[in-house]
Amino acid sequence: MPYQLFLTLISGIFISGVAGYLGTLMLSKKMSVVAGPLAHLAFPGVALALIFGFSLSLGVAPFVIMGAILIWLLEEKTKLPMENLAAIIFAAGVGSALLFLPIGKAEEALVGSIEKITYRETILVVVFSLFVFYVVKQLYQKMMLINVHEDLAVVEGINVRLYNLLYLLSIAIVVALGVYLVGGLITAALVAIPAASARNMSNDLRSYKIWALVLGIVSAVAGIFLARFFQLPTGPLVIVSSVVLFLISIIFRKQSF
Amino acid sequence: MSVLLEVKNLNVNLDGEKILENLSFQVKQGEILTILGPNGAGKSVLLRTLLGLLPYEGTINWRQKSRIGYLPQGLTQLKLKDFPLTVQDFFALKNPVPKTEEAVKYLSLVGLEKSILRKNAGSLSGGQFQRMLVAWVLVSRPEVIFFDEPTTGVDIGGGETIYSLLRNIWERGKLTIFLVTHDLSIVYEHSTNVLCLNRKGHHCFGAPKEMLNAKTLKNVFGKEIKLYEHSQH
Repeated sequence: MPYQLFLTLISGIFISGVAGYLGTLMLSKKMSVVAGPLAHLAFPGVALALIFGFSLSLGVAPFVIMGAILIWLLEEKTKLPMENLAAIIFAAGVGSALLFLPIGKAEEALVGSIEKITYRETILVVVFSLFVFYVVKQLYQKMMLINVHEDLAVVEGINVRLYNLLYLLSIAIVVALGVYLVGGLITAALVAIPAASARNMSNDLRSYKIWALVLGIVSAVAGIFLARFFQLPTGPLVIVSSVVLFLISIIFRKQSF
Repeated sequence: MSVLLEVKNLNVNLDGEKILENLSFQVKQGEILTILGPNGAGKSVLLRTLLGLLPYEGTINWRQKSRIGYLPQGLTQLKLKDFPLTVQDFFALKNPVPKTEEAVKYLSLVGLEKSILRKNAGSLSGGQFQRMLVAWVLVSRPEVIFFDEPTTGVDIGGGETIYSLLRNIWERGKLTIFLVTHDLSIVYEHSTNVLCLNRKGHHCFGAPKEMLNAKTLKNVFGKEIKLYEHSQH
């Protein structure tokens, strides 16, 4: 197997897998869309990276993480729904980026550049993916109870503020990774689609999580190979594969709910 | 029995509106306090304030730290439909996670079979879900339970209501129960004390027999209410 393809596959599998897993929490909190605006926050970072010529990830991550913290602070202050706040953040990101983004050179930011990922970047992707996976695994049950009923979670002794922050930061890291894989425009699909397909196919929490993880990985692998075969961009094909899997999942939809 | 909770001059304002004004009462260990009043009188707000979920002025003094169980208003099977959670998954959201034997024990106490553990929580019937929720709360062996207005009169099977189920559980252990309702008929049967609230800031507090006369009720609900006293069961 060519070395570059190997790196691409490894990073694609890790990013898409952890995004699918995290997506199961986001779907049940009805905030799958939040990843979208956060990903758009990548654009100002991309613009800076392009203008000053440093690595994309260096530009993207700080903006996305700042966006997550901003959403968290605004939610505490205003009590507005997170998706509403995310829409405001989205406008801020795209609006400010369009002012000075060299659009002609921004293709990488739009559709990702996973097929050109370097050895060092792959290591970073793997480390961050594993880290986020571990964090999400630790907060999963508590976050799920917060999603079911926040007051109940408080009475059960859960520090909702802390968990919301950790949760948003996990989303931010996954989004920053997702920009590598599929670009800033469609990152939300990485978290939204596998979880939706898994939801169709499961009645219990365990199979829901496993299916989301597996479908995330399968769509990344399928997208990467299809892109090589048809000489098309990788990011969009990962998403298209994911959508096809979603359509198939409808056939297997469990009837009990 | 010793005093468990003492509330003095409690004031709660939400979004600039006075919801609760100068409320004072106390609850002893092992009592059932029913909080009564029309819609919008602040019953749920009081409960949530006592649970520490809302900001307040005045004194809320818990004399000892107790394990608290809470059945919130409006948590029904419909709300769980969005989640791929079996009943077992739902129990596993507790911390610490109860052992399966424990869950089964409390499920059977509320009249549910072990096999319900594998069912999707969102697909239960209303009555099954309420029972399951009671078991979910009880499995942590709480000393104090807050119960916010279950669907009034839901027949949860065998002609038993959620209230008589609670009453049975209360009789088994040294539970203190806070019960919010606007259903007068259950008050005589089930409570030690009644706290009534209304939108105009009229409160009353005392034993059901002293409180539930036509005059107090008119003050609380703002209209004449016919009352049929149940004989003691």
